Amino acid sequence: MEDRLSEILSPYKGKRDALIPILQKVQAELGYLPDEAMLEIARVTGLPESRVFAVASFYAQFRFTPRGKHSFMVCRGTACHVRGAEKILEETERSLGIVEGETTEDKEYTLETVACIGCCALAPCVMIDEDVEAKLTPKMVSEIIDRRKAQ
Amino acid sequence: MTMTFADIQKQAQEEWDALQKGKAPQIAVGTATCGRSAGAMAVVKAFEDELAQKNITAHIREVGCSGPCYAEPLVNIDKPGKPTISYKNVNPDMVTEIIDAYLLGDDPLPQYTLGSFGEGKIKGVTRFLDTPSFKPQERRVFRNCGIIDPTNITHYIANQGYEGLHKALTTMTQQDVVDEMKASGLRGRGGGGFPAGRKWEAGLAAKGTPKYVVCNADEGDPGAFMDRAVIEGDPHSVLEGMIIAGYTIGAETGYIYVRAEYPLAIRRLERAIAQAHEKGFLGKNIMGTNFNFEIKIFPGAGAFVCGESTALTLSIEGKRGMPRVAPRPRTTEIGLYDKPTLLNNVKSFSSAPMIITKGAEWFASVGTEKSTGTAIFALTGAVNNCGLIEVPMGITLREIIYDIGGGVPDGAEFKAVQTGGPSGGCLPASLLDTPIDYDSLDEAGSIMGSGGMVVMDEKTCMVDVARYFLDFTEIESCGQCVPCRLGTKQLLEILKEICKGKGRKEDLDLLYELSLAVHGGSVCGLGQTAANPVLTTLRYFKDEYEAHIFEKRCPAKVCKSLISFVIREDKCKGCGICAKSCPVSAISGEKKKVHVVDQSVCVQCGVCQEKCPAKFSAVDCVSPRVKVEAAAETETS
Repeated sequence: MEDRLSEILSPYKGKRDALIPILQKVQAELGYLPDEAMLEIARVTGLPESRVFAVASFYAQFRFTPRGKHSFMVCRGTACHVRGAEKILEETERSLGIVEGETTEDKEYTLETVACIGCCALAPCVMIDEDVEAKLTPKMVSEIIDRRKAQ
Repeated sequence: MTMTFADIQKQAQEEWDALQKGKAPQIAVGTATCGRSAGAMAVVKAFEDELAQKNITAHIREVGCSGPCYAEPLVNIDKPGKPTISYKNVNPDMVTEIIDAYLLGDDPLPQYTLGSFGEGKIKGVTRFLDTPSFKPQERRVFRNCGIIDPTNITHYIANQGYEGLHKALTTMTQQDVVDEMKASGLRGRGGGGFPAGRKWEAGLAAKGTPKYVVCNADEGDPGAFMDRAVIEGDPHSVLEGMIIAGYTIGAETGYIYVRAEYPLAIRRLERAIAQAHEKGFLGKNIMGTNFNFEIKIFPGAGAFVCGESTALTLSIEGKRGMPRVAPRPRTTEIGLYDKPTLLNNVKSFSSAPMIITKGAEWFASVGTEKSTGTAIFALTGAVNNCGLIEVPMGITLREIIYDIGGGVPDGAEFKAVQTGGPSGGCLPASLLDTPIDYDSLDEAGSIMGSGGMVVMDEKTCMVDVARYFLDFTEIESCGQCVPCRLGTKQLLEILKEICKGKGRKEDLDLLYELSLAVHGGSVCGLGQTAANPVLTTLRYFKDEYEAHIFEKRCPAKVCKSLISFVIREDKCKGCGICAKSCPVSAISGEKKKVHVVDQSVCVQCGVCQEKCPAKFSAVDCVSPRVKVEAAAETETS
């Protein structure tokens, strides 16, 4: 990981105001922000470690624990909420056997919620990696999960 | 040798005309995020495969969102000499049928169409613009969305694109542009409604260099996605507006702060910026003048508060997005890197080129006196025609929901409409005739906001809605000021208790007082407006709060602690489906005998009601809760 990290960080030496793009890039490469990466970012940019952690923990995008292979995001936007997002989340939790914020034991899925993915007209919806599944019912959710598990 | 703008325009026009007036049919598929979610990419592939296989010459182009999301995937087909036909909810199987019937034959398959537009009439197909859904609309910001290929700059140029920039750079002074913007009456489309012209004037007058132009595309309101649609469908209009703004205030750098959750929008912007460079509309000596301008993209990292201008600029600097504390300088004076910064929303920038090209008078020709131009809404929730709409300011909520939106589905009754997202409010049926403009909505207790409009029917609990929004703002509060950080938390706690049936009668006054304190004491707009959902639901739907508190009843049957599922003896046929699907095994009963829900085990998930075959519909949801029988309790104890 050290080599990859220094490769990612090499163009950013001393670039303090690039902190957010750096965090995004490291996370895109490593899947999350491990402690050693955070310390290395501080060293390379010359920012205090506290500042790097302060910024990373402020934004919802950044995470400090490894994730499953796929992300399963249930949208909780207003339109989804009034069209039953709560039930979609419950069914997903039941079908995956985990609750929001957790990762399945086989490390396949991490279940998260998102404030809105902007597919409000197709509510309720979920986003699996970059694909959106729209106009869902709890039944469809369990079918989608069963289908994916079978593959 | 570089081409003059006139040459570029001429070339673009020829290319566009060849497409529009050529002999080959054109097939335009909406492939913005909403179209893709509905399966548009499979439709594109089906057209490509089928056309190749049948050896048909036709132009396929991917276009942005044209608005009616409920009809996605949407395909527009242009046959030479005929009006354009819009096909709705197209899937790959229908592609074969459409090609065989309409491209090879002459049957337009009216049952698959949403309508036609353009001159002429096709038998059996409704003319779009005559329908109640489209008639009141006025497409200005959306002028190109769904029509041009957003990845092709020549399409934009052929539709008056970059003409405004050319006009500003070659015939207008910086002050002329400011005057035109002021005369247009355009108010900030991010929701604040501050007059854009005055902001541009302040940007021009501000001392200090360098200056910056920042486009706010951090569309974080749940329920709003119009900024994404504009960027995905017509990215150059945003760039052109920003370049004009740069010229006007004397800036050489622009930033677009766009949500990282919008990957397609970011790709479209990157491509558009590269194309604008190639044509000489960005970079050094733009259009042969001595004006230089660059645009950078900054993907936001997910913080709703960064929609606030001072927080947004701090975020670009790589800091926590915490709004600056009073005395807050104007961003036009002290903004990004403490330099003068002109910050506007996507739709404001996208409006600027039209104002320069067609003039302030044209812009102000629709709308009301104090809110000129058009408003864009993401109309969603309990409404038949969900999607993005663009309407003249001053239209009423009723016209939007019933004419354009086609009313509430399944014969349900309208209850409320929520505008302005977490900073807005819920308005009841009695206010449906409120005209849409900044001031009328403000007066009603809501706000225009960035344009989310969520319709709610009788199945929506208004206390739960208030709780839902506070849940959002409590998480999104940046935490620096006490009224917002603790106030939203307390509001949320009280609302949660009420939803749980543990509300006390003094909670109503407490909610009201606390809301005013959060409103008056918070540093930034997030906190100042956070209580709006509470205040408006208290004002217009107090009866629902009272039902929760005094009768332990949720009228909409949403709040789990206040509902029970019961199986009706007269309808249950004992099929056993409910018992099998109950996740907590709360249902028992012999085959072909009436089943019973054990209320002490039931978790109110509603699966039984959903799974009970429609022909029986034997599961009822009731509120208040049915009492758990005393006998059962003594047995377990």
